[in-house]
Amino acid sequence: MKKALLLAAALAVTTSASAAGKLEIFSWWSGDEGPALEALVKLYKAKYPTVAVDNATVSGGAGTNAKAVLKTRMLGGTPPDSFQAHAGQELIGTWVVAGRMEDLSSLFKSEGWDKAFPKDLLNLISTNGKPWSVPVNVHRSNVMWYNPAKLKAWGVTVPKTWPEFLKTCTTLKAKGVAAPLVVGENWTQQHLWESVMIGTLGAANWENLWAGKLKFTDPKVVAGFTTFGKVMDCANKDASGLSWQQASDRVIDGTSAFNVMGDWAAGYFATTKKLAPNTGFGWAPAPGTTKTFVMLADSFGLPKGAKNRTEAINWLKLMGSKAGQDAFNPLKGSIAARTDSDLSKYNTYGKSAAADWKSNKIVGSLVHGAVAPESFMSAFGAVIDQYVSSRNSAGAAAAAQQLAVRAGIGK
Amino acid sequence: MKGLSKDRLWSMAVLAPSVILIAVFVYGFIARSVYVSMTDWGNDPAQALALEPIIRWVGLANYQELFTGFLQGRFRQELVSTIFFTVFFILGCLGLGLGLALILDRNPKGEGLWRTIFLFPMSLSFIVTGTIWRWMLQPGGGVNQAPTLLGGQPSTFGWLSSTDALWKFDWNKLPLLTASVVGLVLIVLAVRAARSGDRTRTLVAAACAALLLGWALLIGPNVKLLPAPELHGFNLALIGIIIAAVWQMSGYTMALYLAGLRGIPEELREAARVDGANDLSLYRHVIFPLLAPISLSAMIVLGHISLKIFDLVYAMAGPDNISTSVPALNMYLTSFRQNQFALGAAIGTILLILVAFVIVPYLSSQFRSEEGHA
Amino acid sequence: MTATPAKAAAAPATPRRPVQPGRVVMYALLVLAALFFLVPVYLLLATALKSPDAISLATTWHWPAALNWASFSEAWGKIGGNMLNSLFLAVTATLLSALLGSLNGYALSKWKFRGANTLFALMLFGMFIPYQAVLIPLFQFIKELGLYGSIWGLILAHVVYGIPITTLIFRNFYADVPDALVEAATIDGAGFWQIYRLVIFPISIPGFVVVIIWQFTQVWNEFLFAATLTNTTSQPVTYALSQLAGGQAVSWNLPMAGAILAALPTLLVYILLGRYFVRGLLAGSVKG
Repeated sequence: MKKALLLAAALAVTTSASAAGKLEIFSWWSGDEGPALEALVKLYKAKYPTVAVDNATVSGGAGTNAKAVLKTRMLGGTPPDSFQAHAGQELIGTWVVAGRMEDLSSLFKSEGWDKAFPKDLLNLISTNGKPWSVPVNVHRSNVMWYNPAKLKAWGVTVPKTWPEFLKTCTTLKAKGVAAPLVVGENWTQQHLWESVMIGTLGAANWENLWAGKLKFTDPKVVAGFTTFGKVMDCANKDASGLSWQQASDRVIDGTSAFNVMGDWAAGYFATTKKLAPNTGFGWAPAPGTTKTFVMLADSFGLPKGAKNRTEAINWLKLMGSKAGQDAFNPLKGSIAARTDSDLSKYNTYGKSAAADWKSNKIVGSLVHGAVAPESFMSAFGAVIDQYVSSRNSAGAAAAAQQLAVRAGIGK
Repeated sequence: MKGLSKDRLWSMAVLAPSVILIAVFVYGFIARSVYVSMTDWGNDPAQALALEPIIRWVGLANYQELFTGFLQGRFRQELVSTIFFTVFFILGCLGLGLGLALILDRNPKGEGLWRTIFLFPMSLSFIVTGTIWRWMLQPGGGVNQAPTLLGGQPSTFGWLSSTDALWKFDWNKLPLLTASVVGLVLIVLAVRAARSGDRTRTLVAAACAALLLGWALLIGPNVKLLPAPELHGFNLALIGIIIAAVWQMSGYTMALYLAGLRGIPEELREAARVDGANDLSLYRHVIFPLLAPISLSAMIVLGHISLKIFDLVYAMAGPDNISTSVPALNMYLTSFRQNQFALGAAIGTILLILVAFVIVPYLSSQFRSEEGHA
Repeated sequence: MTATPAKAAAAPATPRRPVQPGRVVMYALLVLAALFFLVPVYLLLATALKSPDAISLATTWHWPAALNWASFSEAWGKIGGNMLNSLFLAVTATLLSALLGSLNGYALSKWKFRGANTLFALMLFGMFIPYQAVLIPLFQFIKELGLYGSIWGLILAHVVYGIPITTLIFRNFYADVPDALVEAATIDGAGFWQIYRLVIFPISIPGFVVVIIWQFTQVWNEFLFAATLTNTTSQPVTYALSQLAGGQAVSWNLPMAGAILAALPTLLVYILLGRYFVRGLLAGSVKG
């Protein structure tokens, strides 16, 4: 019945909009990530030539600015036809709980996506078996980047654990590298925190943390904060002035030795900086997370009240298709969320990431919206900021616990 | 007073739309904001963005959260930052503006050109100013590279990224500090009133001072807003923003002072000179006292601009730079990023109260005198 | 330090003075101050005219070897549409609030009634409030009106919050018009509107110029309402510029060129009509 209604609604929209359709998609992909989106839009235009695509991007802060704008638009009653959101709790905890999104079950069934995507991912984007968004890519958050030539010159190797990292840090400092680790504006520090915490706790405890089985006030978590503080002592002091790209530049020019950043940095190194993988830039899992794949995915959902619903559904179909994902991901520097993608289209880094995606333990990223709702994450930034200035591990852990209770984590 | 003629009715009819609009958009919305600030709208994520959110009355809980809540350290730092920002911004604008006006008052050649140069930033948007200065204050760029032009070493000061702070104090001591400062001010007032022979005022001021200081000494030290000490101070990262703000606004104070200086009749200066005053005492005893009301106006206008400042910080340091953040920016982020609408409304209301402290006495003093003979 | 130039200029009227050390110090100070105000402009131009790969922090101060005018066309491509939004917004909002301000000023200064000053003070308060204190209800109200996301919602907000300042400027302006003029017209049998049309409006041109310049600059430069009340198609230039600069801006020539474009209209107004601009500035500080 519901499906029939949906269909009828879809048909009604089609007839009225078939002459000159419109589609507004909302994302934070601009600049370096723009071309990948462009490729998708081009594919869409080839398929639906009469539709005018309005590509609304709001840049900055790994999507934080875009999310603020999206909020005013959704509240204002003019949602974009489809918008980008990190797959998982970011969408679910913010928009699904508020009853603002359409259930995509029928679309997943008709497109055969319940088999095309891995089970873990489907669990992440669904509540009670209902999927809410179409994941288009998979990124890895726990990657440490370095410049192989510089490491050789300094005579250090890539540390495998955080205690080892701290030793390497001391060695590098003695060799005159003032800041062996580079961090940027505050979300990149939270990003680092995530890798330190998973590297200290282990993947299983990380999952327990978000299932509410492990408290933030647990001594293990407090110890993770303390390690994070020590790691931050290895970092540059002008962090908040740097974008993640500027921070990455410091690894290449040898000002710093390491940078923990998501694997979108691979695209930046290879495409923008024209460096060769393994020689121009190198990577390894962040210390302590060797067999763990901390994933995040970008996804698009369908808000209730979208003006051009049919066009939006066509857009979602394209995003979830093999052709769409293989057009998008090689340019974006991510791997396809589908398991059947054509690996020959991907670069060296992409191939290695795709291999890890299949063999590693997979957990969700906090900073990039997979494991915690926005109400937790947006306030958690302040906890990290306060920790960085006060270095009070117990206090930060208690604050995080308070936030977790408020956000209903583990309920 | 003439009777209610047709013309008089017309004049009221003409005013009516504006009065209604202001009543709704200013006073109505303020009331609504204050109401929202006393609800829990946004505390439950499921209700925050729902089409028909369920909103409950919680009284002053949001305010309590802001001043004593464990998670709102950012807001408290911003409150401290905005006070420091306001003080230095006003001092900078008044100082630079007065200096420039005094120089221009001596009729240098090409006065119009100089004036144009000093005043043009006023016509820019804070966003434009912020964009320019953001680039100039990049770590390792612009201003920090300037010494190399003279053959020096580049500076490494973290203009917008420094995390150091000066004059740190424990937030727990805030009630104590406030009570002591206000108490001391009251003592000064009492002494002045005593000197001018106003007995009631002396007594009231002295009694209030005694009460406050007594509280500060006996009860104050035991008041704890927070379970643990929390240090706040003047963040060095604000310096860059203050400089940019002074760059933009000091032309304004210059224009005010220049108009004031030009308004001082030449005869007055001549008379002072005839009385044997040298230039220094001419300025001290004649000109500066005449400029005092201008300083007051400028302080009020700059003060409310500085308490509201938001766009400059947003454009210069970004929304996430905690060391440079101000309450006005936090209000936007809390409401539209964290979906905590009630908490955002509370921050907005606190800002309004701060501004009202500056503006209301000013407006009422401006108009009280006039109302009598209207 | 101020003592030296003060002494030197003690006799400003005498022509053909010999070079005085005080004057030298004065000009040195002027040049120093001018540097403070102009150096950002130099960096702005130098960076805007560089090509992206010629921009590096170490060479910030160098004038570009080859001028890259393409920055401007590229920046225009990104924010040109928003400039047009801003133009429409600023012109419409300015005219509406100037008209309202003129009528209000006339009514308040020439047809005073009991409580007129209190009413005026209450209106003026609206000029000083931090807009954050009304942002959430304003947002909801504009949405209820169905104006969210359109430029008209933004125009409404600017007109309403512009009423206090425009009323203030006109009220002060009309206060200088002799009441005898109005009284004479009343004796001639002219009513409220006739007096406005025949006596007040014709002499209001300077007042309108001041108000229009002031309001235009304010509306053009505003950011908070622009960020909360519009969506992508109706965003004014300040918001678009913040996006251009706030993003992962690796090539700084673009935001710099964008800043120049966004600044040009108000800057032109200021340079061409500077005298009136200053008057608006002075009027902005309340005189009872």
